[in-house]
Amino acid sequence: MVEPQTVKNILWLIPCLPLAGAVINGLLRRRLPARLIHIVGCASVFLAFLVSVSGFITLVRIEEPHNRLLIQSLYQWLLTVWDQGRFSLDVAFRLDPLSAALCLVVTGVGFLIHLYSVGYMAGDESQGRYFAYLNLFTFSMLLLVLADNLLLMFVGWEGVGLCSYLLIGFWFSDLEKAQAGMKAFIVNRVGDFGFFVGLMLLFWTLFEGSSGGITGLGFDQLTEAIPLLGSASPILGVGVATWIALLFFVGATGKSAQIPLYIWLPDAMAGPTPVSAFIHAATMVTAGVYMIVRLNFLYAIAPVAMTVVAVVGAVTAFYAATIALTQNDIKRVLAYSTISQLGYMFLAVGVAAFSTGIFHLVTHAFFKALLFLGAGSVIHAVHSNDMQEMGGLKKYMPYTYLTFMTAYLAISGIPPLSGFMSKDEILWATFNSHLSIPGLGKVLWALGLLGAGFTAFYMTRLVALTFMGNFQGGPEKEKHLHESPLVMTIPLMILAVLSAVGGAIGLPAVTHLPNLLHDFLSPVIGGHGSSGHEIHAYGLEVLLMVISTGVALTGIGLGYYFYLKRPELPGQIKARFAGMHRLLFNKYYVDEIYQALFLRPVLKLVSLSGRFDLQGIDGAVNLSSRITAKFSFLVGWEDLTIVDGAVNGLADIFKRWGAWIRQVQTGRIQHYLYSVVLGIFGLCVFMLLF
Amino acid sequence: MSYSLPSFLIVSSLLFCLGMFTVLTRRNAIGVLMGIELILNGAGLNFVAFSRFLEPTQTANLLSGQVFTLFIIAIAAAEVAVALAIVLVLYSQMKTIDVEDFKDLRG
Repeated sequence: MVEPQTVKNILWLIPCLPLAGAVINGLLRRRLPARLIHIVGCASVFLAFLVSVSGFITLVRIEEPHNRLLIQSLYQWLLTVWDQGRFSLDVAFRLDPLSAALCLVVTGVGFLIHLYSVGYMAGDESQGRYFAYLNLFTFSMLLLVLADNLLLMFVGWEGVGLCSYLLIGFWFSDLEKAQAGMKAFIVNRVGDFGFFVGLMLLFWTLFEGSSGGITGLGFDQLTEAIPLLGSASPILGVGVATWIALLFFVGATGKSAQIPLYIWLPDAMAGPTPVSAFIHAATMVTAGVYMIVRLNFLYAIAPVAMTVVAVVGAVTAFYAATIALTQNDIKRVLAYSTISQLGYMFLAVGVAAFSTGIFHLVTHAFFKALLFLGAGSVIHAVHSNDMQEMGGLKKYMPYTYLTFMTAYLAISGIPPLSGFMSKDEILWATFNSHLSIPGLGKVLWALGLLGAGFTAFYMTRLVALTFMGNFQGGPEKEKHLHESPLVMTIPLMILAVLSAVGGAIGLPAVTHLPNLLHDFLSPVIGGHGSSGHEIHAYGLEVLLMVISTGVALTGIGLGYYFYLKRPELPGQIKARFAGMHRLLFNKYYVDEIYQALFLRPVLKLVSLSGRFDLQGIDGAVNLSSRITAKFSFLVGWEDLTIVDGAVNGLADIFKRWGAWIRQVQTGRIQHYLYSVVLGIFGLCVFMLLF
Repeated sequence: MSYSLPSFLIVSSLLFCLGMFTVLTRRNAIGVLMGIELILNGAGLNFVAFSRFLEPTQTANLLSGQVFTLFIIAIAAAEVAVALAIVLVLYSQMKTIDVEDFKDLRG
């Protein structure tokens, strides 16, 4: 058995192993053979996974749940001491149940995706760069998860944003993909700005409120200091805690692709598919959920912010699901599905069911990674993202088909698969929630339920168009269809098993079995969490389960009817509701609206200031330079003629005199003697006369 | 018969003027050197005459004038030795000892 002390001292290995992998692959990417790059890339993450597992086991073995906390402080990052107090920040890693669970997901799913990438990226000439970025992302994500204070967490938060940008634009020679990367980065920056302002407001308020009593931004310190926020004077009539919680939530909407900042995620599908699975489905986009759960003590005293989170989550869950109904790009459907599922997570944390949010985060990481990897496998075979060019793939790609079906049933909410467990728990918690507006919980529940129905429908559509029926991509392509190599299908199988049984960590209360995840996370979430376990209304719970299962089955049934039984029906409906379809197909024109609202004014301003720069500033500069040139020409003329003239003239005079006088110097000795004699004679005459 | 100071002075100034004339007019370098000897001898005679006639009783003064002359003779000898050496070198270089041709120092 590993001692807690030992694990505490090797915590730094979890983020730093992938960092080492990133450094090695980044620096030696042109020297190392592809095989070695793969080994470095995968092994670093796998070792981090092993360390995470040992950390997890150590935590579980600690008897008293409230002692399940290991903090390794590496070094003091920042220290300010003044007469009233001190403020210090450490680079410290914190392993508690929450971060342990996230570490397992990030390193575990991350390892599988690294492994899958070996097959998916085979033959690409810049694999070293790819694996270096992917390892760097793993490092940043683990830094975000393990950070013991908000500022270090922010470093990881920015790091994952950077890696996301790098990987979306991985094939940067394609302008569209490079632009997608930039779009993701800029939209994320908008959110990060909110996060940072929240961070500063938090620091400032605590700093003022406790007259220098705050000594750091560590989560333990914040847990103690946050109640002080209640006494701070409100800003614009809204409590400071609410402001801070809302600002952090702005950061979360950027990172986790919620309304109104979700627009980057569909475009992020330009990156390699394993990247979409890892960053834009399983890990990075859940950072916002993780952050809110981590700061649950802050959100607990900001009920208005909680309500906002819940509403935004539920609306996003529904809204993104409607867009996913009409998209034809397989990865885009999954992207909108991810936005929708993230909405469910926010709905969960918004109704204070923090552990349920994490539960859905974990199960979603399994089945959505699996869906993306399956889609990647399909794209690998078909060489197209368009579902209208697919079909009938189940007989060509049996492993991909079977694993994909598992994830499909999980996300659709078929019991007892993992997706059903977590989504149902969210809906149950929403139904029972006590939000600041009475009755809102029921509305959000209905919205979530409807979203779940749409989810089942669009996933059925996706499966039907991709795997069922006949191949639509033409006979030429059909000849080349093939199952992906084992290195790609083995991760699929492992994820399929996890998607199927992952729900076991959070069994519903009605089973009378312990909810493992909820109990495990309870020390972190404290008294704020609820997963509906406190409410012993088993009859109602079973009824809701039946309803949601019914809705899921209805979605599936409709999808089956529309796309397999009567494939001509969707076309007719499309024609009947052309306006509606166009609205959905064009994603509610949100990109265009943002274009008109934000981009165009900015571009106008840019061209205006550009013109001002060209004509105003450049004009002034050019004018002054022209004046200077004229003036210096004058000065130059003056210098040449007057000053130089005087000097040259003087020199000329001396030269002429010299030429005249030098005639005396004949070089003949007797001439000199003559002058000597004459001189003496003259001197004598002078002496005699005067 | 006794000689007075003026007669010595006349002889010495004659020697000096002849020497000067020779130096200024001779184009032969050896002639110029000879003129210089005359000038020096005129000066020497002048020294001796003054020391003999102006203060005949004061031994120290008497000797100082004659020592001057001895020095002049010695220096003249040295000067002629150096000058003849220069003239020889000049001759070997220029194949002439005509001072009119030596004008390399012209400004």
